[in-house]
Amino acid sequence: MGNGIWVIGEGKGELSRATCECLSEARRLAGEEKVSCLLLGSGVSSWAGQAGKFGADEVLVCDNAELGKYNLETWAHLVAAAVDSKKPDLVLVPATTHGSELAARVAARLGLGLASEVVSLSRGDDGQFRAVRPMFAGKVRVTVRFKENGTRMATVRPNVLTLAETNRSGAVSSLDFGKPEKTGADMVSVETRGEGSSVDLSEASIVVSGGRGLKGPENFHLVHTLAEVLGGAVGASRMVVDAGWKEHSCQVGQTGRVVTPDLYIAVGISGAIQHLVGMQNAGCIVAINNNPEAAIFKVADYGLVGDLFEVLPALTEELKRSRN
Amino acid sequence: MNVIVCVRQTPDTESAIKIAADGRTINTDGLKYVLGPYDEYSHEAAVQLVEKNGGEVTAISFGPERVKETLRNCLAIGASRAVHIHDEDTSHDDALAIATALAAAIKPMSYDLIFTSNKGTDSDRGLVGAMLAERLGLPYVGLVSELELEDGGKALMCGRDVEGGQREKIKVTLPAVICAQKGLREPRYASLMNIMQAKKKPLETKTAAELGVDTAGAVKLEVEKMEYPPQRPPGRLVEGGSVDEKVKELVRLLKEEAKVL
Ligand SMILES: Cc1cc2nc3c(=O)[nH]c(=O)nc-3n(C[C@H](O)[C@H](O)[C@H](O)COP(=O)(O)OP(=O)(O)OC[C@H]3O[C@@H](n4cnc5c(N)ncnc54)[C@H](O)[C@@H]3O)c2cc1C
Ligand SMILES: Nc1ncnc2c1ncn2[C@@H]1O[C@H](COP(=O)(O)O)[C@@H](O)[C@H]1O
Repeated sequence: MGNGIWVIGEGKGELSRATCECLSEARRLAGEEKVSCLLLGSGVSSWAGQAGKFGADEVLVCDNAELGKYNLETWAHLVAAAVDSKKPDLVLVPATTHGSELAARVAARLGLGLASEVVSLSRGDDGQFRAVRPMFAGKVRVTVRFKENGTRMATVRPNVLTLAETNRSGAVSSLDFGKPEKTGADMVSVETRGEGSSVDLSEASIVVSGGRGLKGPENFHLVHTLAEVLGGAVGASRMVVDAGWKEHSCQVGQTGRVVTPDLYIAVGISGAIQHLVGMQNAGCIVAINNNPEAAIFKVADYGLVGDLFEVLPALTEELKRSRN
Repeated sequence: MNVIVCVRQTPDTESAIKIAADGRTINTDGLKYVLGPYDEYSHEAAVQLVEKNGGEVTAISFGPERVKETLRNCLAIGASRAVHIHDEDTSHDDALAIATALAAAIKPMSYDLIFTSNKGTDSDRGLVGAMLAERLGLPYVGLVSELELEDGGKALMCGRDVEGGQREKIKVTLPAVICAQKGLREPRYASLMNIMQAKKKPLETKTAAELGVDTAGAVKLEVEKMEYPPQRPPGRLVEGGSVDEKVKELVRLLKEEAKVL
């Protein structure tokens, strides 16, 4: 104890919201102890102010033009070296694609306990960290304890913990662990995919999802337009993804994404258990379905029984009107 | 080319999950177990690679006796042989412990490629694959939804979707650990003939001790308690005669009552 809490940050142009959530949580858990944010990449030093704002006392940067492209083995090598040399009490990492694989490699390399996809953290009177994480797609949640002393690690599910601002400055210091050995994997390209991807599903505060009730891909614009008016992201049921109407990255549920927006609108979705486990922790759930017996109404705060082909255009219009 | 697929046996996703009397584990009475939904995709990808390029698929799984049933299923859908790392203690279902045992079993085998998949739909963890790669000192590519052999079979080009609507292409030299995302390849189902033939294929059992692994010692996390998530309060249907009335009322509720707009 007493070695502080670290957050391994990530971002694009600025720190990601998921990183800021980890920092806010680290600050809350640390009390008077030190919170550090570790940043790897090219040009990442400029994010230090933002890290300070969300609670970092110190920002450790590996800012290097050679780190312009993400590489798991390189990142894991550098982060493991840093963690091993400073031995923080707890390391938090956003549970994103990059964060999750990075945390797993670092934990395995150093033999540390890692709780993944955590939705809440606490520190007991005994000073021990405990993490709460879903299991069985959220049908239950478990509180886990780390069996060993020393550094503990957790990946934190985005969009669950709350942001809290501070007035820290995030003093920058540089880390240099030399260059890692040659790696076997190489990032060849990163492309931004088209439609509806401007708001990320797992970080969106509003999600509008469409199901098989839409009847075909040609009707999905109804969902897109509603999402656009609300400034939200577009999701889909598995039926829709399997039928090829939407890409898999839009799928909500047990074999898709777990989302926790403030508002989730399910349109023409029946509410199969595998779908429900992906969205039932949303703040407010609205269901639009023409079958009053649909299971989705059991979890919906507000259910609207009706034909989506009439309801969606009317709802979009009403929202536009009430905005003006 | 020889491909190893790490498969996890999980309860069917339809299963109702009940917490056992100890408050730390689930009640397994009457649960139906299946090959993990994500492992269906990695297994199929492995089988198709071997069908095209020759070689063998080995399915490997860590867990209690019932895991053998899932391995037999793998033998019926294209694996040539199976390895069961037998361990009855459910508290050993820990990511680093499993990765350590799998690595010890895989190390002496001859392989070009190892598959894992996104996550156990029971463990909700997504860790074993990257940990296994680290234990074997191999490169790892997570959440792959597109895959093509390159350089005469010496490398793989992998495509994956990451946050922010971005698509990454990663080229990895073999051997490597690849973690499959849903949809990588459409899974096949076993015919009766396949199931009969599978009975003749080799299924080898080992214990962690035989592999020289102290599984209990490798366990890093301990479940203190298991609870049901808080129940949502019952919702209600939005009233109104016409569609317009219902929609107006819904927008009012979202603004004034739920305060989400
Ligand atoms: C291993 C496994 C994993 C799975 N993972 C997932 C997952 O991650 N995510 C997921 O979503 N599913 C998942 N599923 C599939 C799940 O079981 C359901 O099949 C799926 O969610 C159903 O999709 P749907 O609601 O769009 O279609 P349906 O069940 O066909 O429902 C369509 C709904 O639209 C309504 N409707 C029809 N016409 C209209 C209209 N004009 N106006 C209003 N409403 C209308 C109908 O009343 C119906 O309720 C999984 C299944 C398995 C076996
Ligand atoms: N007991 C196991 N035996 C073999 N492979 C496993 C086991 N548990 C997990 N895996 C593999 O690791 C992946 C991720 O699992 P998990 O970390 O439990 O979410 C699974 O999809 C499997 O490919």
